Amino acid sequence: MTLRDIRRVYSVFFFVLFLVLVGITDFRNIKGYEVALFLELDPLVAVTSFLTSWTLYKGLILAVLIIVGTILLGRFFCSWICPLGTLNQWVSHLFNRRRPADDYRVNAYRSVYRLKYYILTALLVLALLGSLQTGLFDPIALISRSFVLSVYPAVNLLGGGLYLRQPLFHGGVLIALVFLAILFANRFLTRFWCRLLCPLGALLGLLSGRAVLRIWRDVEKCTDCQKCLRYCHGGCDPHAALRFSECHLCMNCIEHCPEEAIHYGLPRAGSSVHVPVDVSRRRLIETAVAGAVLFPMMRSAAAARTVPRDQVIRPPGSIPEEGFLRRCIKCGECMRVCPTNAIQPALLEAGFEGLWTPILINRIGYCEYNCVLCGQVCPTGAILPLSVEEKIGAPPFEKPVKIGTAFYDRGRCLPWAMNIECIVCEEVCPTSPKAIWLRTHQVRLRNGRTRPLRFPYLDTSLCIGCGICENKCPVRDRPAIRVTSIGETRSSTNQMILKA
Amino acid sequence: MPSRHDRREPVMDRRGFLIRTATTCALAAGAGLWGFLSYSREPLRRRAERVFTFKDYRVADAAAYPGLVVVHGRDVEKMARAAVERLGGISRFVSPGERVLIKPNAGWDRQPELAANTNPALVQAVVRLCLEAGAAEVWVTDVTINDPYRCFARSGIESAVRKAGGEVKFTTEGDFLLTDLGGEVLRVWPVSRFYHEVDRVINVPVVKHHSLSRCTIAMKNWYGVLGGRRNRLHQEIDVSIADLAAAIRPTLTIVDATRVLKRNGPTGGSPSDVSREDTIVAGLDEVALDSYSLRFLELKVEEVPFIRAAEERGLGVSDWRRLNHVEITV
Repeated sequence: MTLRDIRRVYSVFFFVLFLVLVGITDFRNIKGYEVALFLELDPLVAVTSFLTSWTLYKGLILAVLIIVGTILLGRFFCSWICPLGTLNQWVSHLFNRRRPADDYRVNAYRSVYRLKYYILTALLVLALLGSLQTGLFDPIALISRSFVLSVYPAVNLLGGGLYLRQPLFHGGVLIALVFLAILFANRFLTRFWCRLLCPLGALLGLLSGRAVLRIWRDVEKCTDCQKCLRYCHGGCDPHAALRFSECHLCMNCIEHCPEEAIHYGLPRAGSSVHVPVDVSRRRLIETAVAGAVLFPMMRSAAAARTVPRDQVIRPPGSIPEEGFLRRCIKCGECMRVCPTNAIQPALLEAGFEGLWTPILINRIGYCEYNCVLCGQVCPTGAILPLSVEEKIGAPPFEKPVKIGTAFYDRGRCLPWAMNIECIVCEEVCPTSPKAIWLRTHQVRLRNGRTRPLRFPYLDTSLCIGCGICENKCPVRDRPAIRVTSIGETRSSTNQMILKA
Repeated sequence: MPSRHDRREPVMDRRGFLIRTATTCALAAGAGLWGFLSYSREPLRRRAERVFTFKDYRVADAAAYPGLVVVHGRDVEKMARAAVERLGGISRFVSPGERVLIKPNAGWDRQPELAANTNPALVQAVVRLCLEAGAAEVWVTDVTINDPYRCFARSGIESAVRKAGGEVKFTTEGDFLLTDLGGEVLRVWPVSRFYHEVDRVINVPVVKHHSLSRCTIAMKNWYGVLGGRRNRLHQEIDVSIADLAAAIRPTLTIVDATRVLKRNGPTGGSPSDVSREDTIVAGLDEVALDSYSLRFLELKVEEVPFIRAAEERGLGVSDWRRLNHVEITV
């Protein structure tokens, strides 16, 4: 078994593992498995979230394995483990209609591959200043989000029967189009995303700079046939001076060399020189400055962080908004595991910084009273894991976690607006005693008669903002009781009652 | 050297001409026919959906057996067996080879101790009884309010049914069939398809407080057959309950009053809302069972309009004392 075969086995194994982990992220199958494993192995998530908060949260410590491995061995993650890298490779292969002669041209290094280092620089500078935008470009967050919010609902629609209810996601098609565009780009340039854009690849490229074990080409044996170039994953020029920061250790060059001039290991007499990371210092400084200038502009905008927004109802256990944006990588794990489909990717509700962060849309689902799954799967601690007792305020905890407060719209409520009997909100209210209570009033009808009718009221001190009332309200399109974020436990400022 | 732009069309012979002409005419005629056949004044083609009605799941009434059996005790399995024994044994209700559906109240993601759902031990006992009678399959289903997987798991019913050898049927959006309930306010509604695929239906409700209908026992349990936006039913709750009770006539009803949710129903949520009554009530007359079970909630028949409404439709008698009744302790 050659190194290339071993690499192939690994990439298939990890891709299947990724699918399995996405597949089992639900109430019935989760059973304490580490479903966010790939996100926790991701050094970019670990490093940038460390920069925003100076802590390496729980499972993110696993990323150190990859960091250490990369320092010692090189950028193996990209073609051995990364599910997006593997998928891009397969799609590139599938789309390949080139003549062999053109493969050599396509797989040679191009200076445009520097772009990813500039993207990484911008993300690192923003993270250092306190804004985590890693999730937009991080390959693991991207593929998780794409599979959870577009592939999984599509498979379920086509009869996959993955969960009882067809999952629906707010703006899911946008995420699907971005994902498909990334895959389609492989049509024009093999592993377009990995070579040009991937900031994780850039980070790993930088880390691999001092690796001892490498790919080496023996200049004595080499006949310059360039066959090594034809199946190169990274576009790292194995036929010339190898750009080791671009090398994925796919090992294809070793197998394709007719002269056996390429080996992996320590350099030998006659091994060719390597070229260090190819970035222009001037561009690097420019990007860093651009990031630094963008930050105050982005931060001085009105967003949920600065001006609380009614629709930004975060899942239970979410940390305060400022911190939330420092931790959330928009991976979609919470949206996958939510049994009622209530957790949805925000578009601009929470501001531009909050794109695809989780919010609850109660018309789609509601927060299940005894459920704490979202906090269990969050890899970065944007949503902290709660116990059920902690969430519902059972002993020894004094108060439940409140994610918002419900309000009646009496102009639409059946008893209030139309004198029609309806107590559905009270019926489904999960707290004990119920936050929604009824009072009977005598009402005078149009025809002059009077009749007793029960009217619903809300006890704000008991309401936890779960939104089941809004979800089950018969006034379907714009419910007569709606939850807004005010009174949420996580915020000290988004409060209205003095004695809370 | 000839260029590839120099290729010429062959001169048409008679045969070629005829084939060409026939093909073109056939295509043109086909287009005309398609237009003629598919012309419609409707913007969408509507297919009439089949509308089902409920079977009568009842068995013949027999004067030899009591109409109402009340069993007190602590061992739910023994209590269920004693109750069914007094009613004539399970073979009176389930014949070998039949498919039986058991309808507990499993609407909420709540632990058994909170009494928001039917006691899993009772469901387990009923599943066992049916299988002992030779039932081919025993299904347990409910259209739950909270997430179905969570409801059946948390209520303990899923594991209890599995242990007894039955099968839990989860209802998905595609599992509903339009059914004519023929009621006053309820006419055609989507109903869980499992009801149309079984021979016998056993109602196993739990006694709970409910703020609008005052109580939810046997007849109100039939809310759990409906899909769609059934929360509209609350606008005419008493008529709706009577409509449902008239549409679905179960083979047997066993009311769970082992733990009773006294207030804050139908969800509960606190053990202090629950009172232990250690009783089950079995019978064939849902009206009598409901009116008997009111005692657990300190209610009178006059306070619960749907019982009167159901009695007026001839679904049963509210004065359960008129029935031949038995009270035992096991």
